[in-house]
Amino acid sequence: MELLWLAISTIAIGVFGCVAWFWGSNWVLDAIYPPRGPRAGDNIRKAGQIRPWLFLGPAILFLGMYLVYPVIDSLWRSLHNSDGSRFVGMSNYVWAVGDGKFRESMLNNMLWLLVVPALSTLFGLVAAQLTDRLKWGNIGKSLIFMPMAISFVGAGVIWKFIYEYRAADETQIGLLNWIVTKFGGDPQIWLTLIPWNNFFLMIVLVWIQTGFAMVILSAALRGIPEETIEAAILDGASPLQVFFKIKVPQIMGTIAVVWTTITIVVLKVFDIVFVMTNGQWGTQVLANLMYDWMFRGTPDYGRGSAIAMVLMILVTPIMVWNIYNARKEVR
Amino acid sequence: MEGMAGQKSSLTWTVNISAFLLVLLWTIPTLGLFVSSFRDRDQISSSGWWQSFSASEQTGFVRTGTADDATQADGLNVIEGNVLEGDQSLVGWGVRAREPAAFAPGETTEIEDGWQLTVNEDGSYRLTSPQPFEMRRGERIFTTTEVPPKFTTGNYRRVLTAEGLGRAFMNTLTVTIPATVIPILIAAFAAYALAWMEFPGRALLTAAVVGLLVVPLQVALIPLLRLHNELGIGKGYLGIWLAHTGFGLPLAVYLLRNYMVGLPREVIESARVDGATEFQIFRRIILPLSFPALASFAIFQFLWVWNDLLVATVFLGNTREQLVMTGVLRELMGSKGGEWEILATSAFISISVPLLVFFAMQKYLVRGLLAGSVKGG
Repeated sequence: MELLWLAISTIAIGVFGCVAWFWGSNWVLDAIYPPRGPRAGDNIRKAGQIRPWLFLGPAILFLGMYLVYPVIDSLWRSLHNSDGSRFVGMSNYVWAVGDGKFRESMLNNMLWLLVVPALSTLFGLVAAQLTDRLKWGNIGKSLIFMPMAISFVGAGVIWKFIYEYRAADETQIGLLNWIVTKFGGDPQIWLTLIPWNNFFLMIVLVWIQTGFAMVILSAALRGIPEETIEAAILDGASPLQVFFKIKVPQIMGTIAVVWTTITIVVLKVFDIVFVMTNGQWGTQVLANLMYDWMFRGTPDYGRGSAIAMVLMILVTPIMVWNIYNARKEVR
Repeated sequence: MEGMAGQKSSLTWTVNISAFLLVLLWTIPTLGLFVSSFRDRDQISSSGWWQSFSASEQTGFVRTGTADDATQADGLNVIEGNVLEGDQSLVGWGVRAREPAAFAPGETTEIEDGWQLTVNEDGSYRLTSPQPFEMRRGERIFTTTEVPPKFTTGNYRRVLTAEGLGRAFMNTLTVTIPATVIPILIAAFAAYALAWMEFPGRALLTAAVVGLLVVPLQVALIPLLRLHNELGIGKGYLGIWLAHTGFGLPLAVYLLRNYMVGLPREVIESARVDGATEFQIFRRIILPLSFPALASFAIFQFLWVWNDLLVATVFLGNTREQLVMTGVLRELMGSKGGEWEILATSAFISISVPLLVFFAMQKYLVRGLLAGSVKGG
């Protein structure tokens, strides 16, 4: 109960603080440079130069403190030893390159990068196209989109009920093994099945991300000019040809956006691996490896930060591409 | 023409069926969790959840009464009783373990020396013999029975009261609500400045926000934890609220700016001409008009904070009192491998709130996604 009060008072203080800042600082500004009187024009110009920074102030403070500073600090830390007391140059990175677990994580991350965005986009495209003209299409879309609201941890539990293994002579309570034994196969411990267990983890993320891809691609498909499709049909194109040769090329830009957005999610994938295998049996990924180095046993912030910086470097191309696109649009 | 129509309807069928299969495939995992959360431990570990809707068949045996229970009727020695318990119903019965369904209910068989055994549909049996019974242990009757599907809400009662999930639920709520409300305000002002105010460095700042969108959260954990310690915030709610505010801001500013840029210029210009201050324009015009975008971001942030495990683990700590629901789930998955009913029920409770929000506010969620990805990107 007292927790609830704490939360409510935080909201109140937070909201009140924000409003007080914005209102108060504006009021002060108007008091110093009153927008009337003999020097009104001059004052308005001066106030206009300062006011944006009052509006932006808190946001810049937060962004700087919670995103920019940590990146710089991580960079600094990655060049130092485990507790940051001694400069060690690139040796954390050199260690990483030679470390077996790091290589495994790198390889797995690459695998995730290839498989998850591709499958999510593909399924999303198929789902968008299939449900587009159906009477019950919207309900279908909602249901495919639904996993998006489920936490990675929740998804881990959900899929545990699918991958669960029981010895061959027992009743299978995992759906996958039940199906396999129905078809005469032997039950498998899917999550320890190297290297295929990686794919079983990826399926969980594909399951979550497909809805996102579907929603966006469905909007893009609807935006395609009808004339192009009608013309193709008049020319005798089959439905499949219309889809692949007319529709898909026209939404390539959106597909790229979906692909990169999922790519970023994939690069940071942590929870799924953390709760389902914790990186055992050859399923380690960078984010979980970093967590291991930073919070398990004796922390080594140098190595942990080096791994974090590798993640940062991996997202940089997408960052640059996004900025490039955004600026193109602003112009 | 007829051929084309036929082709078209078969295509419609194909589309309908494949769409249905796809939807089914995507729904089944969640459905499995939902069903499992209403089954007790024995049910979960003895059969798959997909079998829980049909009556489950069991085999077993019961012993008849002994010589002491025998009565006399029509010159025969008779032992009577019932083989069924609770809500079982009889499918078949037998007298040998190998064949627990050798006879249908109502049939009669001879065991030995003129002993006649009849088991009826209602489970009552009648064992007769011309000679007096002498056995000390009853004869075994093997049965094949059906139990109707059974569901219980007991898991929910237990999880919410005894297992500490109620506490975790409150913790999650306490983390989520301020972490959703505070960034919205801060972002709204910043977005307005980026969208409608002229100042040097505006393009650069906008680009920076787009860039910060993709910064991996993991990079920020250690530096921020140390920063919080130095500032005296330490581990706790204040720290996690601030952290989530910081992490949520790029998306908030980006979404809101994209939306505000699209608002009609004339409205804002004419308000300026009429002498309205920027603060008044923001509060009276921009904020009300931006409601859809604010709602979109609120949903994103709510889902993200509610579902987060990493930030909560790092900034809030791991003791029993501090755990949020995702943390509890993680512990359950790790330690109590056997307590499936607890795991399933806890998981379902933890995902039920986001699912409710999702289904209630789907319109805004979709709109936000489209604003974030198709227009900008």
